[in-house]
Amino acid sequence: MRLWNVISGVAWRTLKNALTNPQIVIPTMAFPLFFFTAFAGGLSQIRHVPGFGFPLGYTAFQFVFVLLQSAAFSGVFTGFGLARDFEGGFAKRLLLAAPHRSGIVIGYALAALIRWMVVAVFLTVLALAVGMQVGGGAVDLVGLYVLALLVNFCGFFWAGGIAMRFRTIQAAPLMQMPVFLILFFAPVYVPLELLEGWIEAVATVNPVTYLLETGRGFLAGDPPHALGAFLLAIGLGVAFWTWAFLGLRKAEAAGA
Amino acid sequence: MSAAGNGIEVEQLVREYKKGPRAVNGIDLQVAPGEIYGFLGPNGAGKSTTVHVLTTLLPPTSGTARVGGHDVVKEGPKVRSLIGVALQEAALDPLLTGRDHLRLQATLQGVPKERRKVHADELLERVGLADAGDRKVQGYSGGMKRRLDLALALVHLPRILFLDEPTTGLDPQSRTAMWEEVARLRREESVTVFLTTQYLEEADVLADRVGIIDEGKIVAEGTPAALKAEIGRPSVHAIPEHEEDREKIAGFLAQFGEPLATTRDVAVRLRAGLGLTDIVRAVDANGVRIADLELRAPTLDDVFLAKTGRTLEGAQEEAEAEQEERRA
Amino acid sequence: MTALAAALASPSLSQVGAIARRAIVRTARQPASVIPPLVFPMALMAVNAAGLDSSTELPGFPTDSFLAFALAVPFIQGALFSTMNAGTDLARDIDTGFVNRLALTAMRDWSLLFGQLSGVVVLGVFQAVFYLSVGLVVGVDFAAGPAGIALLLVYAVIVSLSFGAVGAWLAYRFGSGETIQALFPVLFVFLFISSMNAPRDLIGVEWFRTAATLNPVSYMIEAVRSLIIEGWNWQALGLGFGFTIAIGIVALFLASRALRTRMTRT
Repeated sequence: MRLWNVISGVAWRTLKNALTNPQIVIPTMAFPLFFFTAFAGGLSQIRHVPGFGFPLGYTAFQFVFVLLQSAAFSGVFTGFGLARDFEGGFAKRLLLAAPHRSGIVIGYALAALIRWMVVAVFLTVLALAVGMQVGGGAVDLVGLYVLALLVNFCGFFWAGGIAMRFRTIQAAPLMQMPVFLILFFAPVYVPLELLEGWIEAVATVNPVTYLLETGRGFLAGDPPHALGAFLLAIGLGVAFWTWAFLGLRKAEAAGA
Repeated sequence: MSAAGNGIEVEQLVREYKKGPRAVNGIDLQVAPGEIYGFLGPNGAGKSTTVHVLTTLLPPTSGTARVGGHDVVKEGPKVRSLIGVALQEAALDPLLTGRDHLRLQATLQGVPKERRKVHADELLERVGLADAGDRKVQGYSGGMKRRLDLALALVHLPRILFLDEPTTGLDPQSRTAMWEEVARLRREESVTVFLTTQYLEEADVLADRVGIIDEGKIVAEGTPAALKAEIGRPSVHAIPEHEEDREKIAGFLAQFGEPLATTRDVAVRLRAGLGLTDIVRAVDANGVRIADLELRAPTLDDVFLAKTGRTLEGAQEEAEAEQEERRA
Repeated sequence: MTALAAALASPSLSQVGAIARRAIVRTARQPASVIPPLVFPMALMAVNAAGLDSSTELPGFPTDSFLAFALAVPFIQGALFSTMNAGTDLARDIDTGFVNRLALTAMRDWSLLFGQLSGVVVLGVFQAVFYLSVGLVVGVDFAAGPAGIALLLVYAVIVSLSFGAVGAWLAYRFGSGETIQALFPVLFVFLFISSMNAPRDLIGVEWFRTAATLNPVSYMIEAVRSLIIEGWNWQALGLGFGFTIAIGIVALFLASRALRTRMTRT
């Protein structure tokens, strides 16, 4: 019960900030919608490239990428908030008030999740409104969103781990750049089979490729490696969870 | 154990920073339940580090500290539920209102839901923020932030209160109000208060007992009266009318006691049995003119001077200069 | 541009120089504002060029190297970064009272404006040389040859001056670094809803094609792109230079007016 107090308190405060200060949150909400528009709209002809085999068209193809990207970045941006809290000293208040400090980290993760869910709703509505086709059934779609949720956790725990180690918002590029790179070193614009050269080599070993292909498969109703992708996402989640909690220990040892 | 209730017990506490000096260098101290303990020292003496360790924000390098009977390292959650803390930097979120802060703090501290709102209203009233409670903290003055910080520290009715330089930077009026509230908490609610300060007056007015810390060590401890009595003798301060008489005055004053290091005036700590009349006679006999002559009862600054060889103000300036240097 | 003419003809050139030097030194001492404008556009280009290389197989795509097609983008993206940096730096000057201090000297307002902008231009040219070098190193052929490269550098001067003036106007007008940072996404919208990733006639979604056609950033990218992949396409160059110069003139006018208001007000 005390742990839930801490979790809900921290999550409430983060969301309250977002709700009462739209200038903070609107850009991070708008970016995924914008990327989706720019990619799905500007590059739609790519579906005519010989070998582009995705059955649902380019809008659906891009939708899955942007959904996973927004999940990861909702996590990363929440990590920014944590870093700012350490820099500005507010984290000290949380550390002092919370009997169970793990609740602070989980509370932020919960805020990241809720933030992403709002984005996901907008994104889905937009995609359906511009005529995105859906091939998968209910189970497939649950699979897609749960997969994205795991990506959201990974994104937050990665960024939160950095935030608690560096305890300054100047670490923002360090939180953001690797996520940006790993996402874009995947088959973002075209399927893996159409990539050539170094990007093909990188994308083949990039775990995000695996998640992205499975996500697209869910939307089409034919996920290629569903079990593997979930095991991978859960494995990454556990690894980043550990990374974040070791970060909390570091922050505690350094005196916040 | 004396600290089993609301007391504080510290033994041989050491905290080292990486690549830095020992901020706290083996201190022992005991604070009795219901006591106001004033921790006095210049900037960088180790006051804040001690508070950080005692409030579980920073693990000690060695030594032990028990707060309310609980070990700060092994029983952090228990310690945190007993204490209220107002740190030097108020650590507020500029985007939340005062009331939001109280709500958050109450939730984190596990105050029952039904009591949170009433409690928030009471506290806002008590610290004089009833009207500002629904405004974002970014519009608060320094004094308002400090008062909110105090209210936040009190949200879960803590038995032990840590106040790290609660009045630094406040105007005299707000300072007096803060002192009154701290005194009331001890008087009416028997809260134990551990208060750090760089102001002699604050320690003198508020504290039952004072510990003086310098360079990570406690150099003196006792009630303000006892500490001053230990110094015992008053000092005489003379300001020459003509600057060129300064040395001459210093020369004959030296026969009345040991000279004191001061900047503006010439001063000696009087030997036992001597008084102001003896000085006046000597001034006359030496034919110098004095602009101002004053007999001063010993202060905590004299205690500091006697124990460390410098004045508190001087130590403060040194610390600031050192900080500047490190920054450059 | 009478103000520029006056600046060039007057002894206040040394004032402009002093302010420019300060602007450059200040930027050079903040790696956070030098490195991202160099690295980020290159990273985006590398990622896009690799991911979108197969789109060169679309019928009607003007070149078979997406890298050559994409190299034009960093020039414009870097200039957009300059807008932000110039704006943020100037807003900070207003915030810290530096502008007030200058207002008390004999400094003329346009000396301050051109000084700041000279700093932006120097950095813009530096960026352009960097992008150009990266392009040449990775094997992009310049269809317009050495003269085209020279013209590209001239264009870098004009485009950073124009966008820098936009940044200056925003700073003088709003006086807050945060407002300017908040406008950053708007610049991104202009960049992305353009012919950045595909030639306009190969944009399939109609509203997108229309938006890209109305967006001046498309023509700026296309002017640079024409020098790289086509050679001398006078129409593309005319449109690109035309839009850039027009934006520059309007922005300089607005910036100098906002600065005058600010210097008398403060």
